[in-house]
Amino acid sequence: MEEIQKEESQKKVKVSVRNLTKIFGNRPQDALRLVEEGERKQDIFQKTQQIVSLRSISSDVYEGELFVLIGLSACGKSTLLRCINRLIEPTSGSIEIDGVDVTAMNEDELRQLRRTKIGMIFQNFALLPHRTILENVAFGLEIQDMPVEEREQKARGAIDLVGLSGYEESYPSGLSGGMQQRVGLARALASDADILLMDEAFSALDPMIRRDMQDELIELQARMNKTIIFVSHDLDEALKLGDRIGLMKDGIIAQLGTAEDLLQNPRCDYVERFVEGVNLSRVLVAKDVMKRPSPLLPPDSGPRNALRLMEEYGISSIFVAGGNRVFRGIVTVDGAVEAKRRDVPLKEVMVTDSPTVLLDTPAQELMPIMAGTAYPVAVLDSERKIKGIIVRGSLLAGLARLEVDV
Amino acid sequence: MDILVNGFQDGMGAVPPLILIAIFAVLAWLLTHRSTKIAVMTLFGLLFIYLLDLWSETILTLALVLTSAVVTLAIAIPLGILASRSKVVDAALRPLLDLMQTMPSFVYLIPAVIFFGLGNVPGMIATIIFAMPPAIRLTNLGIRQVPVDLIEVSEAFGATQWQKLVKVQLPVALPTIMAGVNQCIMLALSMTVIAAMIGAAGLGLNVLMGIQRVDIGGGFEAGLCIVIIAIILDRITQNVIRSGFDH
Repeated sequence: MEEIQKEESQKKVKVSVRNLTKIFGNRPQDALRLVEEGERKQDIFQKTQQIVSLRSISSDVYEGELFVLIGLSACGKSTLLRCINRLIEPTSGSIEIDGVDVTAMNEDELRQLRRTKIGMIFQNFALLPHRTILENVAFGLEIQDMPVEEREQKARGAIDLVGLSGYEESYPSGLSGGMQQRVGLARALASDADILLMDEAFSALDPMIRRDMQDELIELQARMNKTIIFVSHDLDEALKLGDRIGLMKDGIIAQLGTAEDLLQNPRCDYVERFVEGVNLSRVLVAKDVMKRPSPLLPPDSGPRNALRLMEEYGISSIFVAGGNRVFRGIVTVDGAVEAKRRDVPLKEVMVTDSPTVLLDTPAQELMPIMAGTAYPVAVLDSERKIKGIIVRGSLLAGLARLEVDV
Repeated sequence: MDILVNGFQDGMGAVPPLILIAIFAVLAWLLTHRSTKIAVMTLFGLLFIYLLDLWSETILTLALVLTSAVVTLAIAIPLGILASRSKVVDAALRPLLDLMQTMPSFVYLIPAVIFFGLGNVPGMIATIIFAMPPAIRLTNLGIRQVPVDLIEVSEAFGATQWQKLVKVQLPVALPTIMAGVNQCIMLALSMTVIAAMIGAAGLGLNVLMGIQRVDIGGGFEAGLCIVIIAIILDRITQNVIRSGFDH
């Protein structure tokens, strides 16, 4: 724990939010007092007709970090994001960017901040329909009164960066959703801002494209070292993207931590509801939350093959299955490395007693099993054939999806 | 205002009609982003009017309509922008516009005559009052309908109020605003006929004379010319709109 704190103190704080409260309504001060007294959102609304969106949030975002805010709709995540560049005016509290208090800025200073430091990307792309892609990307620079040639050169660079070269003279209406969001991304990158605010940036894209965009964002992030604050309602997305994830509920950050922290030690209701949800997890069975088991390892293959497959698929363990996909065991990457070093067959390092469940095991019973093992859980049918695998993320994501469907 | 109309009329009167017709056709072609259909229609429509021997009246009507429309828009569009930005202006304008739109158009002729006497100018004043409401309304509506996220974009990238208006709100609202311009011109045209009752010249006067003399042919000829002008102006303004977004 101490080590973690030490490590964190070395990182530079980029955005610092202190006691941030936002109340929507015409008499926020009345409600603010009640917020300080700790009254619930519903009670405050009944008493004052004011809607409490954020309650005294304090948090830091480090330089170069991809920080994901996640929560159900109306939990305040988009409001918090918009408070950072003051598209929404906070009711009380402060926001510091690079040590400068944003809430104390006058209009000119704020405009300067928005022009040079912060880029924003929107859920529905928000491209100007009357402008070409080049003109859209150059929009932020045009606002800064940059000369045409210079801004077009920079815009072309940004378009190139997101892989849209050749579309400079197209109009947004002629582009697919994924391409439009690339334009949105390029527009935010063009002004060379070091902070990107992304509001459900990939939510309007279809799942395949969304995954590609997530991969590209991760790659871009690695190259450019931007500080990104990403709002999402998709747990899968948050787990994939976030260096740290803030789970929001009813205007507070209920839990803040890495994906691992959140999954292993769910402190807040939001995750717990998925995990222990009274009815939801009872109706779900293993079949609903499992992933396809790609790939499976034939029992007679060697450690090299196992390592190659694990590397190719980016996984740390692989199931071994005989003919007809009958479950034999699991080989971890450590095991495979050891087998390779000692030059013994994989059988020697195969774990045969890793947990398995049946297709119709209720999700509720999966939780303790998941908690008690370091391996993925194999889902078998009655003939012990591998039908799928469950890892923590897929279980939670399956539950989250159900939540959305209901 | 009379100077404007007269200047317009004299200028166009100085050019030989056939050449002017050709110029109009080319202008229509250019304004509609090279729509041959509309250019040809303009050409034949105006030739038809020329052959009916109503050319000088038509020029005068055009001068009246366009001058009124320009003055109307010069007032209406800024007012519409103001109304879109201020609830107070919007609330104050609304009943006034309701009044202007529902009042029978003949009623405007009475004060116009009292203040400006008979002639083209009072006719234009009445026309301006009559043609203004839709232009204000549609400008206001168009700007208010600009999607919230586009407004957020301009703010998030640090646009000033003016930049937001000029670079985002007006261009995005343009199709709606142009619909207002179109309505404004159409209403102005319909009003010039009525304005003939207080001495405004042009095709309206011919229609009025047709009524007074029970001259079916003469009335119809003038009426037909008005219809032709209306169609030409309508198609041109509508297609200026569409060309803005049909890329």
